[in-house]
Amino acid sequence: MSLESLDHAARQRDAWQVAAKVPDPEVPCVTVADLGILREVKVDTSGTVTATLTPTYSGCPATAMIEAMVASALHEAGYPTARVETRLSPAWTTDWITDEGRDKLRAYGIAPPVANSPDPDTLFAETRVACPRCESTATEQLAAFGSTPCKAQYRCTQCHEPFDYFKCHRQFS
Amino acid sequence: MASALFNSLVAWADDQLVLGHRLSEWTGKAHVLEEELALANMGLDLIGQARNLYQYAAEVENAGRSEDDLAYLRSERDYRNLLMLERPNTDFAHTMLRQFYYAAFMQRYWQALTGSRDERLAAIAAKAVVELQYHRRHSAEWVIRLGDGTEESAARMTDAVNTLHRYTGEMFDTSADLRALIDDGIATDPHTLRTEWEADVRSVFDRATIAWPEEEPPTQRGGRDGIHTEFLGLLLAEMQSLHRAHPGQTW
Repeated sequence: MSLESLDHAARQRDAWQVAAKVPDPEVPCVTVADLGILREVKVDTSGTVTATLTPTYSGCPATAMIEAMVASALHEAGYPTARVETRLSPAWTTDWITDEGRDKLRAYGIAPPVANSPDPDTLFAETRVACPRCESTATEQLAAFGSTPCKAQYRCTQCHEPFDYFKCHRQFS
Repeated sequence: MASALFNSLVAWADDQLVLGHRLSEWTGKAHVLEEELALANMGLDLIGQARNLYQYAAEVENAGRSEDDLAYLRSERDYRNLLMLERPNTDFAHTMLRQFYYAAFMQRYWQALTGSRDERLAAIAAKAVVELQYHRRHSAEWVIRLGDGTEESAARMTDAVNTLHRYTGEMFDTSADLRALIDDGIATDPHTLRTEWEADVRSVFDRATIAWPEEEPPTQRGGRDGIHTEFLGLLLAEMQSLHRAHPGQTW
């Protein structure tokens, strides 16, 4: 099936599906759509695709890589001109991670964000995180920051496995 | 107005870049891997915020300069960062206290800027404020642990207060450029956040059993006018060396 045979709405859906499949280079079990950072994909009448992404963290080093990957996926799918735009507002929050994305994170060994985390303004408040392997909530934080800006390091005191926790990222106050 | 906005964006960007660079200097040197990751992560947030601000500043200036030109091709006298942020890391207590002094202010300042009449600035602020929550929390917890820790850690935290406290006043200063933005509803007067900042710092000091300086030392200022301590030139020499040796080089 060639792109030319698709009507505009079908092309738009196709372009979205192509961009949506791009994995996060640092957390490859989830896609840009699972994370909620793919905001919009538009195809104009000349066939130019514009994918709009929003960065997770201001300094996330994966941002440039993700933009390049989305553009190249669209090229490979047959869209000759694909542009990627960055949109800062509204600011990304982990509330935009889909339920499917959360399941994928868990299966990969990363605990997804806990929705009712304590406000980070409260010092020494602990977030109850369930172990992604044995589901026990008898876990403890090892470090507030991890191998990527979005994660903290935890340990399960039940099955003794260390694991990453995808921090809750949204404005509390 | 364009130049007042440009100058203020650059001053804020310089703050984030200089502190972000200082934090990156800990890489390979921190006492435990977890803290090294924390310092690098906070540095990364700050450098990302600096990039957002420099990119916007470059667009406002509209003179063909890029974010890299602004970061790598301006010299010491052109930098407008706060003096506290260019100070050497010294030790972990100094680094964490500086982080706390700054984050306790900047979390509130970004929060205020989310209501800016300038949509781009408000969007940059809305991203940054969430990141700063974690910086303030992490550094405040270390101020408490070290202040209320061993004799050695408490002595180092007290020494950090004695060294750094005099630099905090500059955070609340208002340049003529910033004043123009405040009058125009684009920026917030930092002075309006001082009482709240001081209450936050005092409550953390109480938990840390660290004394607030009895006599407020005279405020050290000059960074906003480009008058720096001897430390900034060395920082810039290192940070800019690659770009100056290989102009236009990209990864």
